[in-house]
Amino acid sequence: MPLLFGIATATFFVVQLAPGDPLDMYLEPQRQRQVDPEVIELLRQKYGLDQPIHVQYGRWLWNVVRGDFGESFRHRRPVRDLLAEAIPYTLQLTLLAVLFDALLGITLGIVSAVKQYSLWDKAVTLGSLIIYAIPGFWLALMMVLVFSVHLGWFPTSQTRSMDYEFLPLWGKVGDRLWHLALPVFVMGIASAAGTARYMRNKLLEVLSEEYVIAARARGFTERVVILKHALRNALIPIVTIYGLSLPFLLGGATIIETIFAWPGMGRLAVSAVAGRDYPLIMATTLIAAVLTVFGNLLADITYAWVDPRVSYDGKKRV
Amino acid sequence: MARSESRVRLAPWLAIVPGVGHLALARRVKGAHLLAYAAGAVALMIWRSERIAEALGSRAIDEWLAVVFLIGSLLAVASYSLWDVRRLLEGGDGPLAGKSPWRVASRRFRVNILAVGSVYVIFLLYVLAILAPLITLQDPSTMENVLETRYLSPSLAHPFGTDEFGRDLFSRALYGARVSLSIGLLAMLLSKVIGTSYGAIAAYFGGIVDSVLMRLVDVVIAFPTFYLMLMLVGVFEANIVLLVLILGLTSWPGTARYIRAEILSLREQEFAESARAIGLPPRLVIVRHLIPSALSPVLVSAALSVAGVIGAEASLSFLGLGIRPPTPSWGNMVSGGQDALLVAWWVAFFPGALLALTLVSFSLLADGLRDALDPKTLMRRFV
Repeated sequence: MPLLFGIATATFFVVQLAPGDPLDMYLEPQRQRQVDPEVIELLRQKYGLDQPIHVQYGRWLWNVVRGDFGESFRHRRPVRDLLAEAIPYTLQLTLLAVLFDALLGITLGIVSAVKQYSLWDKAVTLGSLIIYAIPGFWLALMMVLVFSVHLGWFPTSQTRSMDYEFLPLWGKVGDRLWHLALPVFVMGIASAAGTARYMRNKLLEVLSEEYVIAARARGFTERVVILKHALRNALIPIVTIYGLSLPFLLGGATIIETIFAWPGMGRLAVSAVAGRDYPLIMATTLIAAVLTVFGNLLADITYAWVDPRVSYDGKKRV
Repeated sequence: MARSESRVRLAPWLAIVPGVGHLALARRVKGAHLLAYAAGAVALMIWRSERIAEALGSRAIDEWLAVVFLIGSLLAVASYSLWDVRRLLEGGDGPLAGKSPWRVASRRFRVNILAVGSVYVIFLLYVLAILAPLITLQDPSTMENVLETRYLSPSLAHPFGTDEFGRDLFSRALYGARVSLSIGLLAMLLSKVIGTSYGAIAAYFGGIVDSVLMRLVDVVIAFPTFYLMLMLVGVFEANIVLLVLILGLTSWPGTARYIRAEILSLREQEFAESARAIGLPPRLVIVRHLIPSALSPVLVSAALSVAGVIGAEASLSFLGLGIRPPTPSWGNMVSGGQDALLVAWWVAFFPGALLALTLVSFSLLADGLRDALDPKTLMRRFV
């Protein structure tokens, strides 16, 4: 709670530091001269800009707590509505990317760890390092170049085809997935690279634990030892990194959404920044930060839930 | 010493050529590197002698800097070579040579082919970026007759092709490298200096100061870094200096947390205790003993953070919110090529490929450093 308060305060004051009058963005300075000064005064009153800063701050904070982020300068619509439209799109994209990431990353990590130092392991380790380092926007463009422009397998952008409205339900789902394929792939592959590396290290760590040696000594097959004994314990920390990786996914989403013209929160944030739409900038930043805090919290809770050794009364039960 | 037997007699004056002395003393690797750098620099001077003369006459400071760097680095290499040869002739390393932790680490680093390769790539990119005015054949902003020169595919005259305004992409990529690489280095330094001193101050004062400072870190860390950067570039007009500040000021909290934790644990150890026992003031204990001991992971994270910062700058520029055209930066070049993907793939491809190469190199470097500096990892010959 104090953290959320700190985040909100920081957001508000950074934006207050902005040079220039917020009204300049609402009305261009040239046109302000033509407009009746009284109208400007009215606008000032409407947005509460005539109040001293601590009053503005208090009012803003109170509104935010009630879920009211004010009105977007550019879209002339409540920020809340804009966010409500955008967030489902971001969720679709992000959740599918996380799913893809988990399937690919965990599998690769397991195979890598089981066949440690094999050619396959080296290829995965090096490959994941390279994929992880490559900037997402460039990878996205290259995927578009190869798969959309040259091969024509996937659409270059947008969320739906022209005939979307006339498709049956399964057709709509298929169409949406078809449009999601490239963005999800680009977003997922980078984090899958991270997951694979992490999974490999964790599994190797676990494989050298005594209970694994004990399981082997009891004559279980290698398959059972790895899948039943080692993997369960290695997966515990993986669960938490998904909570912690939320900020990276959100950051990545801004770029991917912009490239693929995906009308989610990331693109909204970028367009807000480009258009200096202060209420919208504050709202998207705030939401992203709150989601991050929430992700961390979720990570902590799931950690305690899946790992019986951790508990919140501070006692370690072993 | 076995090495002295293989010493070859050479005319003493030849030692003035960098590296030859080392080769004669059977220090082949060092000698070859020194010689190669000197040869490259001299070759460039001969090849572009007219351009150098022109650059000296021009008023543009970056052209001056390029020439000064070229000549200065050549002189530095030559004098280092002479000094080092003399040192070797006078008996070379003492009996303890090669036993210090740094030497051990550097030996472990050198067996990692990928990491060593990435050092070469990074070095080459920086040298190319600094010397850009002397290397490129076309000015990065010359457009000539746009109708004839726009979207030329890569050829000998234009190794990376040309863009929508007929500008040579190779020289734009090198000039873009100057922007991207220097921003990366400066913002990384800023973030590490802030992070280290912030963490050290919190650990040193402890108590209320510590908890206030660390709560602040909690707040900054709670923001997704990229959103924080987006907000800041949105609020302030971004130019290069401001971008360095923004990138540096948003990426320090991790270092601060790490340094604080490390100093808190290190100061209980014997060496810190003995430093206190001989009466060093706490400030000096921290600056001279604790921070240096905690620094090697910071080195690793510094390499990673250069990659992170360059990537973030490129992403912002790609979105049109960082470095703005016509100043070339890898990010805005890729974004310029986005619309032309159908007709001219090279516009987006090459700057992005250079960017990817840089980021991969810094990651491999960080990986190599981590393996070399971490006393826990055994020598491993691979990633």
